[in-house]
Amino acid sequence: MTQEIIMFILTTFRAAIRAGSPLLAGTLGEIIVERSGVINLGVEGMMIMGAVSAFGVAQITGNVFLGVLVATIVGGGMALIHGFMSITLRVNQYVSGIALTMFGSGLSSLIGLQYIGIPGYSLKPILFNFDLLVYFFIFLVPILWLMLYKTKMGIIIRSVGENPEAADLLGINVNLVRYLCTIFGGALAGLSGAYLSVSYIPSWTQNMTVGRGWIVIALTIFASWDPVGALLGSWIFGGIEALQYRLQPLGISPSLLGTLPFIFTMLVLVVSTKESFKKRVGAPSALGKPYKRGKK
Amino acid sequence: MKLKIEDRLVVTRQQTIIISIMSSLLSIPLITIIFLSYGVNPILAYQKMFYGAFGSAYSISETLTKSIPLMLCSLGLTITYKTAIWNIGAEGQLLMGAIFSSGIALSFSNWPAYLLLPTMFVFGFVGGAIWSLIPAILKIKFQTNEVISTLMMNYIAMKILEYLVYGPWRGKEEWGFPFTEKFSSSAQLPTIGATRIHYPTLIIAIVAAVGIYVLINRTKLGFEIRTLSKNPEAAKYVGINYAKIVLLIMIISGGLAGLAGVGEVAGIQHRLKPNISHGYGFTAIIVAWLGRLHPLSTILVSILYSGLLVGGEMLQIVFGLPIGIIEIFNGVILFSMLSGDFFLRNKISFEISSKAER
Repeated sequence: MTQEIIMFILTTFRAAIRAGSPLLAGTLGEIIVERSGVINLGVEGMMIMGAVSAFGVAQITGNVFLGVLVATIVGGGMALIHGFMSITLRVNQYVSGIALTMFGSGLSSLIGLQYIGIPGYSLKPILFNFDLLVYFFIFLVPILWLMLYKTKMGIIIRSVGENPEAADLLGINVNLVRYLCTIFGGALAGLSGAYLSVSYIPSWTQNMTVGRGWIVIALTIFASWDPVGALLGSWIFGGIEALQYRLQPLGISPSLLGTLPFIFTMLVLVVSTKESFKKRVGAPSALGKPYKRGKK
Repeated sequence: MKLKIEDRLVVTRQQTIIISIMSSLLSIPLITIIFLSYGVNPILAYQKMFYGAFGSAYSISETLTKSIPLMLCSLGLTITYKTAIWNIGAEGQLLMGAIFSSGIALSFSNWPAYLLLPTMFVFGFVGGAIWSLIPAILKIKFQTNEVISTLMMNYIAMKILEYLVYGPWRGKEEWGFPFTEKFSSSAQLPTIGATRIHYPTLIIAIVAAVGIYVLINRTKLGFEIRTLSKNPEAAKYVGINYAKIVLLIMIISGGLAGLAGVGEVAGIQHRLKPNISHGYGFTAIIVAWLGRLHPLSTILVSILYSGLLVGGEMLQIVFGLPIGIIEIFNGVILFSMLSGDFFLRNKISFEISSKAER
C-alpha cells in the first residue's frame, strides 16, 4: 500500500515536471523580455510556431535536434517582428502581441495541415525518463538567475527595464538591449513549443498549445520576474495539468477538469499581484513603455 | 538626404482616415506573399474573395449576417480600449450570452416568441456581462491584469459550453452530436426573406452603435471616459471614479458581446453547439482597432471585415486553404494597422538641405 502511494506521488511528480517544462521555458523567456521593459503577449503565437516548425523539420530531415534548432530560430524571428513594432515603431505593445498570436496560430495551422495525424519524431530520454530539453530548461534557471543578479549584463538589462533614461545616460544602447532580450524570449518560446511537439506529445494538432502561452504571461507575474519563481510556478501548473488526467477516471467531466488550469491561473494572478503590491516587487517600472530619447 | 522623424502634434481627422486606410493596404503585399508561397495565384484569390463576399445577392447577405456579431462585440471593445482596459474576452462573453439564452430557450420553449425572444436577449446580455464583470472586479479589487483574466475567462467559457453540450444539455435526437435539442420556433429569430440575416439583432447592433456614440459624446460618463482616455493622471484629480467607470463599461461591453451570442444561437444555429462563434470575439479586437475605436466607423468596418471572412471561405473552397488563413489575415492586418500608428504620431520627411521641409 505505502509502495503504491509512493509510486503514485512519484509518477504524478514526474508528470508535473514534464507538463511544467514548456511553461518553464516560456516563462523564463518572458521574464527576460519583461525585465528589459518590453511586454510580449505573443508567446502563444511564438510557441505554436515553434511547435509546428520543430515537428515539420524533424519530419523532413529526420533529425529532431535540427527541428528544435529551427523552432528556436523561428521563435526568435517572430519576436523580432514584435520588437520592431514595439521598440522601433513604439506602437501599442499589447495589440502587437495579440497580433503576433493571431498570426502565429494562423500560419501554424496552414503549415501544419500536412502533419495532422502523422506520428512524430521524439527526443530520447536520457536520465530518469526525462529528455535533454527538460534538463536544459531546469539548467537555465540558475544560469539566468546568476546572469540577472550577479553579472554586469543583468544590471544592464534590469536598468533598461527600470529606468531607461538613466541607462541611456550611462551610454547603454537601450533599444539594442531590448531587441536582444525580446529575441531571446522568443527563442525560448519557440523552444518551449518544440518541446510540446517533439517530446511532450510527439505529434501535431492545431492549437496544441491550448493557452499555455497565456499561462506563461501569468506565471511571469507569479514569479515576480524571478527565474527561481518561474521554476516553482511551472511545476505547480504542471502538477495541475497532471492531476487533471488523474482525476478523469473518477468520472468527473473532462471538460470541467479542463477549466482547472485556467481558473487556477486567475487565482494565482490575483494572489501574486496582491503580494507583489504588498512587497513592492512589482513589474519593471518601464514595462510596456517604449523609449525615446528626451521623451518621457 | 536624411530621414527626419518629428512628433506630430496635431492629428486631423482627415490624416487619421488616410493613414488608417494606407496602413491597412500595407497588408496586401504581405498577404500576396503568403498566397504565392502556397502556389495560389494572388489575383485570382483576391477576385474570388471579393466575389465571394460582395459579388452576388447571396454573398452580400452572408456578409451582412456575419457582420452582426462583429458589430456587437467590437462596439463594446471600442469603449473598453478607449479607457485602456484590455478586454480580450469578447469571445467568452459571446459564448456566455449564447449559453444563458439557450438555457432560457430550452427551459421555456412553450412561451410565445414575443415573450421568449426578449427574455433570451436579456439573459444573453446578463450572461455576457457576468463574464466581463468578474475580470473587472478582479482588476478593481486586486489590480489583476485584465488581459490574462479575460483571456482565461474565454477558455473557461469554451470548456463550460463543451461540458453542457456533451453532458446535461445534449439533445436526445441529435444522433450523438454534441448539440442541444433544436430550439422551438418561438425561440428562433426572424430573418429577412430567405437570407440568414436575423434583422432584430442587426437593429440592436445599429441602435447600440448610435447609443454608444451618444454615450461617449453627449453624456457625463462619456466625458469621463474621454478624460480617462486622454489623460488618466488628470482624471484622478478631477474626481473621476475609476472603479465605477471600469464596472460600467465592462458591463456594457460584455453585455453587447452576450447579445451577439444570442444572435448566433437564436438567429443562425437554432441550437447550442461548440464552434458557434468562429472566433468573432477575437476578430472584433481587430475591427475595433481598424475602426479607430469610433463606434460608428465600427459598423462599416464590421461589414468590410465580415466580407473578408466570407471571402476567406471561398479560399477554402476554391484553393483548399485551411481556415487558419483568416487568422493570418487577422494578424497581418492588425500589424499593418498598428504600424500606421507610428505615422500618426510622427511626421516623417526627407531632409535634403537644412531648409527643405515638406
